[in-house]
Amino acid sequence: MKPIDHAEASSHFIEAKEHLEFHDRRLWDLRLKRDREALAIPEWEELRDLASAIKEHTLTHLADYLEEFEAQAKKNGGHVHWARDGNEHNQIVYDILSAHDAKTLVKSKSMLTDECEMRPFLEMRGVEVIETDLGERIQQLDDEPPSHIVVPAVHKLRGDVSEVFARTIGSEPGNTNVPYLAEAMRRNTRPYFLSAEAGMTGANFAIAETGSFVVCTNEGNADLSANVPKLHIASIGIEKIIPKLEHLAVFIRMLSRSALGSPITQYTSHFRAPRPGTELHVVLVDNGRSQRLGMKDFWYSLKCIRCGACMNTCPVYRRSGGLSYGATYSGPIGIIIDPAFDIRKYSHLPYASTLNGSCTNVCPVKINIHEQIYKWRQIMAERNQLPLVKKEAIRVIGKVMSEPRLYRAAISATGLAFEHLPRFAIYNWLNPWGRQREVPAPPKQTFRNWYLENRSRR
Amino acid sequence: MTSRDAILAAVRANQPTSTPPIPDIPMFESSRPLLERFQESLISMGGKIAPALDGQSLDTLVQSLFPDAAVICSGTPEVRGTRSLDETAGPATLADVDVGVVRAAFGVAETGSVWLSEEELKVNAIAYLAQHLIVLLDPTRIIGNLHQAYRDARFKIARYAVLVTGPSATADIEGVLIHGAQGVRSLIVALIPL
Repeated sequence: MKPIDHAEASSHFIEAKEHLEFHDRRLWDLRLKRDREALAIPEWEELRDLASAIKEHTLTHLADYLEEFEAQAKKNGGHVHWARDGNEHNQIVYDILSAHDAKTLVKSKSMLTDECEMRPFLEMRGVEVIETDLGERIQQLDDEPPSHIVVPAVHKLRGDVSEVFARTIGSEPGNTNVPYLAEAMRRNTRPYFLSAEAGMTGANFAIAETGSFVVCTNEGNADLSANVPKLHIASIGIEKIIPKLEHLAVFIRMLSRSALGSPITQYTSHFRAPRPGTELHVVLVDNGRSQRLGMKDFWYSLKCIRCGACMNTCPVYRRSGGLSYGATYSGPIGIIIDPAFDIRKYSHLPYASTLNGSCTNVCPVKINIHEQIYKWRQIMAERNQLPLVKKEAIRVIGKVMSEPRLYRAAISATGLAFEHLPRFAIYNWLNPWGRQREVPAPPKQTFRNWYLENRSRR
Repeated sequence: MTSRDAILAAVRANQPTSTPPIPDIPMFESSRPLLERFQESLISMGGKIAPALDGQSLDTLVQSLFPDAAVICSGTPEVRGTRSLDETAGPATLADVDVGVVRAAFGVAETGSVWLSEEELKVNAIAYLAQHLIVLLDPTRIIGNLHQAYRDARFKIARYAVLVTGPSATADIEGVLIHGAQGVRSLIVALIPL
């Protein structure tokens, strides 16, 4: 498979100027709201240290905590399943649904089920799957994956949503009023909640001590999916485990503040045991996580709580859109997770970054995101996964930089070149940097020449 | 080998051998007045505070808040409403409820949240299928922050427990805030001592 070309894909996004400007502004606004909330809490940095330490402790003792969670969940009356990969997860879910003769599944947003590509798997087998989060539903109806892990349709404007809804759920064509569109979705979805035989959620956290799991949402759709049908299935990645309830407080205090800049989500829901007369099934999914746990430089990425703060702050993400990454996870966190799934397909993604470190600074669990991006670049270079132009450029730079005489000749030649060469010789496909930018005017004198004239004889 | 054993074996083989200890979590107590902070947080999350009772009955207060409501369904004996909450009926029977009324076990000042479980809700779906929700809360049962909340042993007993903070909301279209996404359109907290 050809590697995803992020730069090429994002050029389409950049062409739609109105979309680009809104996307950039909206996500930066989320970043500012996050800052306001973080600054209002004196212990914010201490909370980040605690969150990181809890996650590191849990991940280094993960097998024990998984066993404790399983034992407690079973004691509570739930069923626990284990899936090595996406396909096994999908098969388990389908088997549970079949055993209950469930033909319709209402579900809340879950990056994990996107990662497993569960929807097409179930639909091919005759199960109707209804996404009930507004953003995720818009993406489902438009046959697109989510472009952001918290706000899945953030790359769309109201006109786009109006067009999708008019085409799929019969809203009034041309009506772009946002409350009207949200109400159209509510009215379309309510009957599914009342009649579906099964509901599904993901989980933000799973607590070993109690065997319960926690879902953080704003729309009320997860609680409807879990509390109306007689069957509740929850898909949970094995890295979501934390030891005790008291640790949960640290994460709940930071999750929505980091994601949306609100002190908490409207609903923080704790599922411990099935309602009387109903069934609760938990599917614990590995899908590459246990392998990543063994990668010395990259296991820290398993601390991620999927808040999306790194995406909102990233200048490359804001100006290229999530779909251009061609992966379930986009933005800075995606760049360090995706290559672990498929190193060739995602070999170009580590270059979709300025390495400015802002992602690392806002991360509530202190993942060293920009350092991991840099590490992935080294691996791509070692594995010969660099694009040809970059490879040649780096080879030439390496040679020139290692020989002072060559370096000096090159620098003075570059100055001359920029002054005298025609535009097409500087702004062409070999210089993608110059596509949206003007190359700065070269200085009149190199630092070396200035030094020789002014300082060397003192 | 079962998938369970294969996953656990892979995790055991790969989990880093450094063993950082689990940190102690401080309570991070704040000196701000609890009731004031609760109200401020609740309002910032889109919730409202009911006017004082002033001698009228709770049923009268509920009716004055929602004069057009046809179905008022209450999970607390303090409010009669128009229909009693039948714990044995299926959740879908609540689809036509205009106003649900429940009493919260406690509130959290830091976030403006109220704590509800199957004990308070009777039928969990009432908090989501009703068009509007009124939550009674004893003002002396407001605690400071989530660190205190998660020390409450009821989390270990409840099958389902939820921290509800304001009404259901979405900003998924252009960041425009809408109250009444899939759950209740409004949430009013009535500060009524037990």
